[in-house]
Order: sequence, then structure tokens, then C-alpha cells
Amino acid sequence: MAGPNPGSRRGRFAPYALISPGLLWLLLFFLVPLASLARMSLSTKQSRFDFDPSFTWDWGNYADVFQKYGVQLGRSFLFAAAATVLCLLIGYPMAYWVAFRAGRWRNVLIGMVVVPFFTSFLLRTVSWTVVLADDGLVLRVLRSAGVVGVLRSIGLTDGDRLLDTPLAVIGGLTYNFLPFMVLPIYVSLEKIDTRLVDAANDLYATGSAAFRRVVLPLSLPGVFAGSLLTFIPASGDFVNAFFLGGTRSRMIGNVVQDRFLVQLDYPGAAAISLVLMAIITSAVLLYAKLLGTEELA
Amino acid sequence: MRARAGRLALGGAALAGFVYLFVPIALIVAFSFNEPAGRFNLVWQRFTLDNWLHPLARSDINETVLLSVEVALVATAAAAVMGTLVALALARYRFRGGALINLLLVLPLTTPEIVMGSSLALLFIDRGVARGFWTVAIAHTMFCVSFVAITVKARIRGLDWTLEDAAMDLGAGPWRTFSRITFPLILPGVLAAALLSFSLSIDDFIITSFVSGEGDVTFPKYVYGAFQRELAPQVHVVSTALLLLSIGALGLSVLYQRRRT
Repeated sequence: MAGPNPGSRRGRFAPYALISPGLLWLLLFFLVPLASLARMSLSTKQSRFDFDPSFTWDWGNYADVFQKYGVQLGRSFLFAAAATVLCLLIGYPMAYWVAFRAGRWRNVLIGMVVVPFFTSFLLRTVSWTVVLADDGLVLRVLRSAGVVGVLRSIGLTDGDRLLDTPLAVIGGLTYNFLPFMVLPIYVSLEKIDTRLVDAANDLYATGSAAFRRVVLPLSLPGVFAGSLLTFIPASGDFVNAFFLGGTRSRMIGNVVQDRFLVQLDYPGAAAISLVLMAIITSAVLLYAKLLGTEELA
Repeated sequence: MRARAGRLALGGAALAGFVYLFVPIALIVAFSFNEPAGRFNLVWQRFTLDNWLHPLARSDINETVLLSVEVALVATAAAAVMGTLVALALARYRFRGGALINLLLVLPLTTPEIVMGSSLALLFIDRGVARGFWTVAIAHTMFCVSFVAITVKARIRGLDWTLEDAAMDLGAGPWRTFSRITFPLILPGVLAAALLSFSLSIDDFIITSFVSGEGDVTFPKYVYGAFQRELAPQVHVVSTALLLLSIGALGLSVLYQRRRT
């Protein structure tokens, strides 16, 4: 953590006056709603058409999460983990290349990484249905190369298709969250003093040793932040599964969306949301411990 | 020789990553020039300029775009002001609770959207607030405040605040100091954050689907429904136009920064 800026001062009232509108907004519309969510998760619906459930300390909603939706819950974390690993494998070389090899094109190229954000997220996902379509070029090439059979045998696809399969959903998640992986890694790589790498080379480190011992450790905060910014939204996503997945690839987000917005089962949806959040929080803490970094963003 | 091969492999991998990112975008642009055979603009038929000659032909789509832009403008303005104030406080002052504020700012970024959407919707339901334009604007402002505060804080971290003292020493009052020194210093960071907020808000679907009423169809909500009903080529035209506008804005800001440095 860098020290305070030159000219920074010890404030009495001024800093509190400055933060109060933003702070109040986040308290009212981020923290307080979580209390509503917790309360609703312990409420009971008297009938299917009771849309104003009463608070009863009903822990049964939580039992339902695991009994009824355990499969979707597990699948969500599996898909999100797979997408995070793929984002790391694709995103790290991109960030590295832009940071160290792109020269004066660095700013333009890193700008290009965020260009996808400027068109509709939903329409970009819809476009993958065109790429993966049943009579599309990609499927034909993969089929003639015999890849489809392999994918099917390991359970990533169904039948002779790519659409409506787990593979399509994982690919969609990877695609949608890739920029969130590239950007933080790029930021941490860009900060590295290249003289450190020169020093390693002068001390007879091979290229790969210099990378392993110098560059990689210094980029871990970026890897950490990027993994969180990929894994967390991916595990709660329902858009990719809606457009690209079939019944065998429904995620927990689809369940919450259906429970809340279609069935109006607020207690059930609230319990699932809270379980999702609890698991993610524990996973993040565990990951922080494994990677040995306390820095969140 | 081996180093050279490694270099090529790295470049190839990076290139493949960029291609992956741009395949759907290329398709969106291409399909804005397609003449669809049925109701769904998802199979390539033949090239036409019709869609671009009549981009506003579908008033139902135009209304959804207008609504999304209105929400994004309100949320961006509110978040830019509140988020910048928070960033100023964190960058300029040492005070009790600063670390806690930093944590609170990161939380919305590390919480799944379905959790934020469902919890906020329940708050509105609990309090008997009808979901509509303002509940959507409130929700978008909430996550944009975090993004603005974090972005602006990162951008103004290294600024030299002694300039303000110098201005004051030379007799400038607090207001003059702010308008002539502080504001010009932080402006580039605030504009970048506002651009980010706008693009996040205009494209938000998951939170919006929870906190909006049935009649408030934003552009993302329209696209979601359209996938089952009808996908007109104007959807692709609108998305391509938005893309071109954003790239233009980004290009201008890069040029501006080049000139300054």
C-alpha cells in the first residue's frame, strides 16, 4: 500500500461529508436489501398463491436448496470454475503480450479488450448460437475431425450438437468474462519494472526461469482479482445457460430467476441467493489464503 | 531459436484470444447488413443496406433504446457525483473507517448480480414501492457508484495535492481552488469512469430484470424476449451504432491522452 499522497491531510469532518451520499446509497441499496433477503429466506408461503409470506424462522427453505437444487448449484460452480481456468489460459498470454510486446500499440490493444462491453452482452451471446448452429461451419469441421465424438464421450456435448450443451455454456461464460481476466492481469504486469527481468537474465536465469521466479509472482495479484471477477459473476449467471444451454446445463441462476420472477416463490429464491453468496464468500477466502494475497482489487 | 519459437507461440496465443473476443462482434456487424428470411435474423441470407437506411423503422425497439439511455444518463450522473466525492475523500484524507469504506466499495463488484437483484427487489416489495423507472435507476446508480469511486480513486492516486495549497497561499478561496485546480486535475478520471458507468448501465440485464416492472422494457430486456419471439435486424443495427459511437469516444480519449503526454 502506497503512503498518503503529498499534501494529503488528516480530516475531521470534510472526509465524512464527502463520503456520506455515496456511503448512504450503498448502505440503503446494497446492505439493507441483504437483510430483506435473509428475512425472506426464513419466511413461509401459506399457499402457492401467497405472495406476502410471513416470517417464521422457517429453515426448510435452506434444506430445499440442497435437496431440490443441489445439482444446479454444483453445476454452476463447476461451469464457473472451468470458465475461470479457460479465461486464465487465454487471458494471461493476451495480457502478457500486450504488456511486454505490443510497444506503442499497448493502449489501443488494451482498449480493444473492452470493446466487447460496448455492444449488447445479450446479443453477443445470441451470436454464439449462430457460430455453434447445428448446420454451422464449426460443427461440420469438428465433426469431420472426429472431435464431436470425443466431446460427447466426456459429457461435454449431447448427441451430434454443440448448441444446448454444457460445452456451449462454458464457452459462452469464458467469452463473456474474458475481459475481466485480461484487464487486472495487464494492470499488474504493466507495473513490473522490466529491469528486474534484465537483472534475472544477467544472473543467468533462462527465459522461463525469469518468468517463473520474477514475472509470475509479481502478477499474482492480477490473477487473483481476475479470477474473482470471472468466477463470481459466472457462478451466478443465467444468460449463457438460457441462450446456449439445454436442460442438462441449467445453472443456479436460472433457478433463482424462475423461482423469483416466474413462480413468485420469494422465500425459495432468497434462500438460494444467500447460499450462493455464502459459498462464494468461503471460496474467495480460501482462494485468498491459497494464493497468499490479502489484496482484493 | 527456441526463444524465437516461444515468442511466435505467445503472439499466436494472444492473437487467437483477440479473434475469440471479436467473432461475435463481427457477426453482429455483419448481420446488421442481412436480409432475414423469417422473423429471426440469425441465418445469413443476402447483403442489404435496407436496415441501415431504415434504422428507426421499429418504434417498439426505439422506445426500449430510449428507456435504456434515460436510465443510463440518470444513473451515470448520480453515480459520477457520489462516486467522485467518495474517491476524493479516500485519496485526500486519512480518516477512521477508510478501510471499511474500501471494502464496502468492492463488495458490489464481488457479489453475483442475481443476489443484488433479488435482494433489492425484495426491499422494494417489502416497502410497497412499485417497481419502475426509478427503481431501475436506483439499482444502476448503486453498482455504478462503486465502479466510479474505484476508478476515480485509482486515477487520482498520484496527483500532487500541494497545488491546492499553493492556490490557497496565493489567495484563492475554496471554491476558486476547486474550480481552477482540483476539478481540472480529476476531470479525465471522472470522464473515464462516467463512460464506464454508462456502458455498464445501458447493458445491464440481470439486475434490471429483477428491479423493473413488466412494462419497463429496456433494450437488454427486449433482446432477451426477442430471442423467443422475433429478432429484427434493427437490433443489430442499434448495437452496431452503439459500438461505433463508443469506439469513437474511446479513440478520441486515447488521442487526447497522447497529445497531453
